[in-house]
Amino acid sequence: MAGANHLVRFENVGLRYGDEPEVLRDITFHLGPGSYHFLTGSSGAGKTSLLRLMYLAHRPSRGLVSVLDRDVAMMPRDELPGLRRRIGVIFQNFRLLDHLSAVDNVALPLRIAGGPKDVIREQAAELLTWVGLGDLLDAPPRTLSDGEKQRVAIARAVINRPSLLLADEPTGSVDHNQGSRILRLFEELNKIGTTVVLATHDRTIVERHAHPVLHLERGTLSVHRNAGAAKGGT
Amino acid sequence: MFAWRADLAPDRDGSSRFLPWIIALMVYLAGLALAATMVLEQIAGRWSASLRGSVTVVVEPSVRDGGADIDARVEAALGVIRTTPGVLSAAPLTMDDLASLVEPWLGEDLLSMGLPIPRLIDVALDGDGGLDLAGLAERLETAAPGSRIDDHKIWLRKVLRLAHAVELTAVVVVALIALAAAATVMFATRTGLAVQRDVIEVLHLIGARDSYVARQFQGKAASLALRGGLLGLTLTGVTVTALWLAARDLEGSLPPAVRLAPPFLTGLAALPLAAAAIASITARVTVMRFLARML
Repeated sequence: MAGANHLVRFENVGLRYGDEPEVLRDITFHLGPGSYHFLTGSSGAGKTSLLRLMYLAHRPSRGLVSVLDRDVAMMPRDELPGLRRRIGVIFQNFRLLDHLSAVDNVALPLRIAGGPKDVIREQAAELLTWVGLGDLLDAPPRTLSDGEKQRVAIARAVINRPSLLLADEPTGSVDHNQGSRILRLFEELNKIGTTVVLATHDRTIVERHAHPVLHLERGTLSVHRNAGAAKGGT
Repeated sequence: MFAWRADLAPDRDGSSRFLPWIIALMVYLAGLALAATMVLEQIAGRWSASLRGSVTVVVEPSVRDGGADIDARVEAALGVIRTTPGVLSAAPLTMDDLASLVEPWLGEDLLSMGLPIPRLIDVALDGDGGLDLAGLAERLETAAPGSRIDDHKIWLRKVLRLAHAVELTAVVVVALIALAAAATVMFATRTGLAVQRDVIEVLHLIGARDSYVARQFQGKAASLALRGGLLGLTLTGVTVTALWLAARDLEGSLPPAVRLAPPFLTGLAALPLAAAAIASITARVTVMRFLARML
């Protein structure tokens, strides 16, 4: 059963790809609505796999994964899109569609959800302006710097006002100033109620913020509370 | 023209280059098959209409008297025929008519050579089936020995059977072409799915339903098929027009003149639309089956 006060709930979750050994073992944690967590761990520790479970790219091999009060393992396949629309994902390598302009990439979630065309472009342009790319609306992603691509990816992830925002190394390919700006953006989104999980291997980012840490080490998870962490799960 | 605005990357799988040409060729072949069907249908229909409601009475020359009494037997046969219920009119073919009929095989000097040739009486019937052919044959044999009735039915039945067999073959050919077109679209779509898997995964992860992704492939396949179909239709039009003009110039040709009937033209015009519909449906089924295996 999914917990009523938990936006994300993992109970004894294991994940394996094919016949390989488990990449995640006995993962248990809960994320409350409006919480902000860092997800840390060295390369290959399983951060991306854990995020993929949360954004419904995989079903768990065992255990319970509940996202937005829905048991992912038991969910009918045709109900997954509706749930995915409430989750914003910022992929590590951006995963922008190269043949679409920046504004069309940002507008994609709204187009998929079936909003009115004129409103969609207006909202996407507004959001791109908010992340500082108002003069690059029609630029194709290949002409953008990594920092600009990252901001397009962020705009695409938040345009649907998701309940859960998952970011995989969002500051990994940008300079310090842009990284700080992106982190401030996440703080703002968190303040208006968005639950945020930010995967990073940058310890300085984690130490500068008072948010709980989900730490992965060789596929197993431990939860640490940073000093001053006011809200969150376990 | 017919460009499809899609979230999928254009031309990444190469199908947009070869698919229209293959569809064009298929529509061209289907168009020719339709044209052949139309021609056969018209020829068979006209032969059938011209021969229905008539019989031919043949008065054979007698071997013993060298055909001396044949005029009398023709008159006797005419007398029997014209008094038979169900007969509208009866007229013997003149010697000149007979000579022109056998001229291609026996030459021009037939009449001067005095060769005995059968006399023919063209009998028009009042409706189809009101005449007692067996009774007429008996009375003719009595009044004009050596007479027989040719009601064309056996010959016509064979010709019509052949025409229908060819028509059926043409329909089967069109159906096979449609299947081949569907198979081509299916393989092109599968290639596209494999090549665009990363884009499809992104679309899925931001909430796209299978039907949304399928619509992208449907639109692209239909657009390419429509383009190919119009090209194929153009080629068919050129070929059919050329053949029609060539046939029209033939004098005294065996088949009656063929006209471009509106149902045929409508059928031809519908081919590109049918190709687009087949491509769209096939793409949808292929994509939905493929995506059902993904999460």
